[in-house]
Amino acid sequence: MILTLVLVCLAVAVFLAGRRKAVSLTGGRTSVLHSRPVYHGFYVALACGLPAMSLWFLVLLAGDWMIDRTVVAALPGELREASGPVLQRFLNDAETLAGGGVPTIGITPELEAAAASFSHLTLLKHWIGFGAALGLGLIAAGLAMRRIDISRRTRQPVERVLLVVLLALAAISVLTTAGIVFSVLFEAIRFFDEVPFLDFLFGVKWSPQIALREDQVGSSGAFGAVPLFTGTLLITLIAMLVAGPVGLLSAVYLTEYADPRLRATAKPILEILAGIPTVVYGFFAALVVAPALREAGAGIGLDVASESALAAGLVMGMMIIPFVSSLTDDALAAVPADLRDASLGLGATQQETVTRVIIPAALPGIVAGFLLAVSRAIGETMIVVMAAGLAANLTANPLEAVTTVTVQIVTLLVGDQEFDSAKTLAAFALGLTLFLVTLGLNIVALRMVQKYQEQYD
Amino acid sequence: MVEAAATRDAPRVKMRTRGLKLWYGDKQALAGIDLDVAEHQVTALIGPSGCGKTTFLKCLNRMTDTINDVTTEGSVTLDDVDIRDRSVDVVQLRARVGMVFQKPNPFPKTVYDNIAYGPRIHGLAANRRELDDIVESSLRRAGLWEEVQGRLGDLATGMSGGQQQRLCIARSIAVAPEVILMDEPCSALDPISTARIEELIDDLRTKYTIVIVTHNLQQAARVSQMTAFFHLGRLIEVNGTAELFQSPAESMTEDYITGRFG
Repeated sequence: MILTLVLVCLAVAVFLAGRRKAVSLTGGRTSVLHSRPVYHGFYVALACGLPAMSLWFLVLLAGDWMIDRTVVAALPGELREASGPVLQRFLNDAETLAGGGVPTIGITPELEAAAASFSHLTLLKHWIGFGAALGLGLIAAGLAMRRIDISRRTRQPVERVLLVVLLALAAISVLTTAGIVFSVLFEAIRFFDEVPFLDFLFGVKWSPQIALREDQVGSSGAFGAVPLFTGTLLITLIAMLVAGPVGLLSAVYLTEYADPRLRATAKPILEILAGIPTVVYGFFAALVVAPALREAGAGIGLDVASESALAAGLVMGMMIIPFVSSLTDDALAAVPADLRDASLGLGATQQETVTRVIIPAALPGIVAGFLLAVSRAIGETMIVVMAAGLAANLTANPLEAVTTVTVQIVTLLVGDQEFDSAKTLAAFALGLTLFLVTLGLNIVALRMVQKYQEQYD
Repeated sequence: MVEAAATRDAPRVKMRTRGLKLWYGDKQALAGIDLDVAEHQVTALIGPSGCGKTTFLKCLNRMTDTINDVTTEGSVTLDDVDIRDRSVDVVQLRARVGMVFQKPNPFPKTVYDNIAYGPRIHGLAANRRELDDIVESSLRRAGLWEEVQGRLGDLATGMSGGQQQRLCIARSIAVAPEVILMDEPCSALDPISTARIEELIDDLRTKYTIVIVTHNLQQAARVSQMTAFFHLGRLIEVNGTAELFQSPAESMTEDYITGRFG
């Protein structure tokens, strides 16, 4: 670690030296240089640092393997002939002992000898590797320094390296996503080996617990996900019934009617709502809204479950209001002022202008915002875990408890589980479904936003 | 222009401003404008950028109301009624005093719906037939009917800039205004489209009163009967267009029209 830091310091020092040399070549008027002094610095630093670092990491990686080989070669015959796991365990113990830890087997002379050779070789590896890396870096730096010249094109190679670095960073997020998708996909395929695909998609009975207890996974038919889909849809619908009108109208108010000063304060406040952790909304749903609904229901003679789709949906709706309103606000604000003037100039009232010109013109953006909100509502977990319940009822009654895809994923994976039972694997199938649905919604929504933007460019 | 000279002998004043002052925040943009706009004439407002001519134009149908932090003073009358009076509703005012903007701004709707927008909100047509008639006659008057006849269902935003601007003129004609305000209507157009719009303006004069802001002095000379020269929020000179261009009374006007500044 410290040695790595030394190499970094070397690169920095070389950077400064390279830059200084470039400046000194010009006598202060750096405009005569082909590339700016900074690039000369980076050029030398990269020329020095890249090979040195590569060599250093190579030594660190390959060194351990070589040390293992050397230690094994020095072992007495019967140990050297031992089976893989035994040998591996011996080596691990030797390494632990060398590092000052307590090995799992008793300390034998062989182990001590191996440990001693381990620590000796590791030290050797560090110093040889470091020396080689340092030497290589210095030589490379020296060569690069000599090449610094007024007309030297150092910007192009430096920018090429930077480009590669940027590309690698950009690739990280994409690759991670791909990794997630594939791991979910493969687990889901394993699930579908045990439970037929159509039973999962169209079955109306969901009770993974029973299936596990009776040890009758595939044939019990308890993995019908329809109740989960309907539960998710019901809650999403309720949420959108709350968030849609409220979000749309608040955005209309803020963009078209509100005083700019009010807008400047109200908009950030509305957006703060989006920053509240959803688990807090969950508390609110479970402790305030659900009991209140139940009492209100009892007051008018309705039987409301203590965990109801309505409570979860209402609170989720409140959660996505800022989302809807912020996206709608952007869509409305993107409508050119020309159109407002045109409508007002024809003697239209403010309200006619909003309903007949502004909203139709912004409609694709608004719809896209709604779709993104729906996809958030479908994927939302905490609120429904806390407020919607676990019972997989196939019902359209918002006063009953329902469960959603996300809630079931949580309950399937929480706690000690075997990772190859159909119960656990079902979570991946649900996850895959969820992923595909929200992906579809997002793609459609982004397409619409794109089209909409083209219209006014 | 014998006719123009004849009508100028007894021009009825359609709009009149007296001591019109306007501030954007605390920056004064108009410093007391007294101007008469004669009926069935084209009045051109000329002057260097930032002289207040567009601001003045917007005062004539209170489009200034839509801008924040604007204060006005003085009087603006339409047929001798002050449009700044409480009794005048801005919505009705704008139906009588229409506006065409610098940049063509058709709604992202069909050609038909663009023209029908005004008549629909003001309830000018009792049924679909009447609405069809209004759309057709407005497009005819704007000289656009031949071109768009078979394409009334197409999106207006797909037309050429010149067509869009004539559509915007047709759209404002459709609400049967008495006055049409035009804010540099040709500045975003090519010479051929400009020529068509200038012809159109000359035709429209027989039915409407037109006030046009323009940066193009030749255009002012071609289309207008009266010309008003603005400078730094003041009205420097107003006169018949021919007189103003041939023998300006003020040296500042002369400097401007001969290209010495502006």
